Amino acid sequence: MKSTFVRLLKLAQPLKWSMLLAAFIGFLTIGSSVGLMMTSAYIIAKAALQPTIAALQVAIVGVRFFGMTRGIFRYLERIVSHEVTFKLLAQLRVWFYTAIEPLAPARLQLRKSGDLLSRIISDINTLENFYLRVFAPPLVALFVSILVWFLFGMFSWVFSLILLIFMLLAGLGVPMLTHVLCRGMGEKLVHLESELSILALDGLQGLPELLAFGRAADYLEHFADLNSRFTRVQRARSLYGALHESLIGLLMNATIFTIFIAAVPFIRNGLMDGLYLAILALGSMAAFEAVLPLPAAALHLEESLTAAGRLFELTDAAHPIKEPVRVPDITSFDISFKNVHFVYAPNEPPVVQDLNLDMPYGSKIALLGPSGVGKTTIVHLLMRFWAPQSGEITIGGISLDRVPQHVLTDIISYIPQNPYLFSGTIRDNLLLAKPDANKDEMILACKGAIVHDFVLSLPEGYATWIGEHGLRLSGGERQRLALARGLLKDAPIYIFDEPTANLDAETARDVLASIINMTDERTIVIISHEKSLVEQINKSINPESSFRFIVREFFRR
Amino acid sequence: MNLDKKLLHYLLNKRRPFLVSIVLMLLTSAAIVWQAALLSRIINSVFLEKKDLAAILPFLLLFLSLAIVRAVTLWGSKAAANKIAEMVKNDLRIKLSTYLFRLGPAFTRTQQSGDLKNTLVAGVESLDAYFSEYLPQLVMALFIPLLILIFVFPVDLLSGCVFLFTAPLIPFFMVLIGDIAQRRIKKQWTLLSRMSAHFLDVLQGLTTLKILGRSTDQTSKIKSVAHEFRSTTMNVLRIAFLLALVLEMLASISTAIIAVEIGLRLLYGRIVFEQALFVLIVAPEFYQPLRQLGARFHAGMQGFTAAKSIFNILETQPQVKAGFIKPPKFSQLHFQNVSYTYPGKQKQALRDVNFTIAHGQHIALVGRSGAGKTTLISLLLRFFDPASGSILIDGSSLVDVDVDAWRQQITWVPQHPFLFHQSIADNLRLARPQATDAELKSAAQRAHIHDLFATLPNGYDTIIGERGARLSGGQAQRLALARAFLKETSVIILDEPTSYLDRETEALIQKTMTQLAAKTIITIAHRLHTVQRADKIILLEQGEIVDVGQYQDLLARCPLYATLVHSQEILA
Repeated sequence: MKSTFVRLLKLAQPLKWSMLLAAFIGFLTIGSSVGLMMTSAYIIAKAALQPTIAALQVAIVGVRFFGMTRGIFRYLERIVSHEVTFKLLAQLRVWFYTAIEPLAPARLQLRKSGDLLSRIISDINTLENFYLRVFAPPLVALFVSILVWFLFGMFSWVFSLILLIFMLLAGLGVPMLTHVLCRGMGEKLVHLESELSILALDGLQGLPELLAFGRAADYLEHFADLNSRFTRVQRARSLYGALHESLIGLLMNATIFTIFIAAVPFIRNGLMDGLYLAILALGSMAAFEAVLPLPAAALHLEESLTAAGRLFELTDAAHPIKEPVRVPDITSFDISFKNVHFVYAPNEPPVVQDLNLDMPYGSKIALLGPSGVGKTTIVHLLMRFWAPQSGEITIGGISLDRVPQHVLTDIISYIPQNPYLFSGTIRDNLLLAKPDANKDEMILACKGAIVHDFVLSLPEGYATWIGEHGLRLSGGERQRLALARGLLKDAPIYIFDEPTANLDAETARDVLASIINMTDERTIVIISHEKSLVEQINKSINPESSFRFIVREFFRR
Repeated sequence: MNLDKKLLHYLLNKRRPFLVSIVLMLLTSAAIVWQAALLSRIINSVFLEKKDLAAILPFLLLFLSLAIVRAVTLWGSKAAANKIAEMVKNDLRIKLSTYLFRLGPAFTRTQQSGDLKNTLVAGVESLDAYFSEYLPQLVMALFIPLLILIFVFPVDLLSGCVFLFTAPLIPFFMVLIGDIAQRRIKKQWTLLSRMSAHFLDVLQGLTTLKILGRSTDQTSKIKSVAHEFRSTTMNVLRIAFLLALVLEMLASISTAIIAVEIGLRLLYGRIVFEQALFVLIVAPEFYQPLRQLGARFHAGMQGFTAAKSIFNILETQPQVKAGFIKPPKFSQLHFQNVSYTYPGKQKQALRDVNFTIAHGQHIALVGRSGAGKTTLISLLLRFFDPASGSILIDGSSLVDVDVDAWRQQITWVPQHPFLFHQSIADNLRLARPQATDAELKSAAQRAHIHDLFATLPNGYDTIIGERGARLSGGQAQRLALARAFLKETSVIILDEPTSYLDRETEALIQKTMTQLAAKTIITIAHRLHTVQRADKIILLEQGEIVDVGQYQDLLARCPLYATLVHSQEILA
């Protein structure tokens, strides 16, 4: 827990001066408040003795001065502290994304995206409290305590001591009490809110299935149940959480009470002018403002540490694949698998066993076989999503371990069997493959995937918004759009995984012929369960060309 | 009904805690005023009247007792306000989630789930501050100054007038700045929703981004979205802080006017010290609730803005009528001139579709992609209702049939089945929660996937990852089929159920299907050899039925069908 705290502080390292500045202005704010109250009390008390107006001049100026500075400092403190905090939060989101990006897909495969989402959004939002409400208030309270120690000490150290003891009770005792009463709740709240988000997202994305299987009522009951658990913890916490404001108010009044008890003998014995009684009373009231946010800080601390723990848990995950630093010179695109062996998890049956496969540049190869024999896994190994347990994969004679993933994605255009389409326009989705593509290139790619005419038939053409996951398109349209995206990426190696699974026979035939003619000299790998696909492809290749597809068949063990 | 009224309506439903909260708040305020009076009295006694401790002790003790009362009432009023907030949030979240299911895919497919999730979780949550802070503060800001005025006027008329004339300036500034604030908050809320949707999209599509070599580029996109959110948030806060500054200045200046005004009168003996001190002590208390209102204003506005998107959903008319008739065990389903257009699109997805399904028939829907096959099935599942025309079930309109009960009778295997991030067994039990392990196994065997599950170290308890990430395309399809077999209904709808399966497995599953005889099966198929034995093949093109008939008949008379079969044969 302590180390999480230290790490959180370290993340704020670059902005530490701004944060200290904010805390300092926070101190000036409450200092002004103390000054305002004490000088006002002085004016009234002094005036009661009916001196000349000149005797009040300085104090009147003081009231005006502190009245102004309090407002201005508070404003500045808020602006500076929030500016710093939100800058930091924005940086943390980027930091978190950068840290988890290399983990995909191997380490993230068993994570729900809703879980990741709630980390990058809510958990980072929760940290706002750490930097705004946990870090600065104790510092401010410390500075103010020192200030009032000296101010009250001008009258007697007895008053300083009384005020300090009560401030300590309020600033340490009450937070400790709230911490004990609410122990574990902050942690629970962070987890429950995340669970609620995940469940909400599951329900929203799986809504058609839940409705069709008549399970909506069960789901909603489950959701309501989780929500009421969340609400119950919130209620318990707000019940105890509301206690601290009352307690601090009570302690403030107790301070005034005790100071009076102590002050009356002083005044009676002529050790102190009665004039100052009002000043001490009002000064104490103002000083307590400094400890008021401390109990909340204790509450926020637990939440922040939980949230931060959830972030570090992911960013600390060991990278499954070491990225080489040096980019090797790849001079040829010959691919070779030698005695490759791969299993997803220990105890599970191997997915790829003793695989030997050569794919020299320009080869046309079809990996065929029934579903589940590991065809797709071979591609994933080639993309370095996973690393084989033994054996070697080389590209241009260089072992894949020495090739950074971004180099691989540059030279391989891989269209997976369930391609993901982003919420955006058709153009947005296409341009992901090649951000600087011009219109002609885009149209050419779409013609290649036989989807251009369809796009033109839409009223908004390439600017059509396709909805989340491209759900506004039919299955076949989505697949062809993904193919077009793959074609737009200009790469020496193309891999198509089940390119025709969602297409009707006629479209499938045309699409295949078209993509093969577009990618003629390059390496093409097609993965399919459809054995007859190769004949179909070979028929559609230009008869003058010498290319013929080779079949590599895989069998169920 | 405007939004304030709608939210107030929720508040009035919780009348008891609301009243408790207000009464306790008033008690707190009364204690504050009384304490101020005591404090000035005590100081006066000691300072001017030179009394000793014994003389002031009763007052001091009363002062302390009042402090205890104040602590208790303050806690009570906060607790009551929190209770209201939590009750309202709970109600709204349940209402909203239920309503989203009522609206169904017709609505959700037009939305981004990251955005909806944000409204459902964070949006409802931001009402907390509205109900537990802003509204109670609004009440406080009305009552406390009033209460203080009642006590101050008899004591000192002039100070009372200063209070009375400066107080309205505070709401004036709030309204003045509030309008700008609201516009900025709205922008911030929209951006939060967009950020949520964008991040979800990126996280779900991370592998694809990686494949395209674009995943590191996203860092700059994330950066710009995150920084845009930051600057929008700061824009909101800057205006909120400015408001707080103005209010604080106003309070300070007013307090200073009072201090000077009283001080001068004291100097000339026009007012007694005790009264003067009392006014000075209550002066900050007078402005405090108004200033606090300024501080809570921002939280309140945020809740208000989130409430807008909540009520936008709650006020969307469902496209599908709930229906009330118990669905009959039908003998005939008839599509009569059915047309459907997706909202926001011009082209009809289905146009004047007419055909009949008799109970026990095997119907195949074929046609090119985008022909309207999936739309037709969505109408059958009542995800949408026809825009015109009707689907008749034994003569009565399907629209009047109880929608939940109707879906109970149907099993559906979608084109891209959504598999939950749970175990295999959990995913199967979605179809029938009470199914035994043996039944799970038998369903999996019929879908020819049991052998695979059996080889996994955790068997049926293996977590399959989001959307079945751990499974290959064909495995996911067979899992979805097994799930469908488990439901055992009289109508089965299959949308491309075997597109990732090899011929052998496909044939085996076809055989299982034929054993499901006596059931109505509706299949969407691209592989036409799978529909040779269908009782009726419906060929769709551009949303219209081109022809209906059996395999051989269609092959003989319909050129489009012949083309499709021909290309299929080349492929086969």
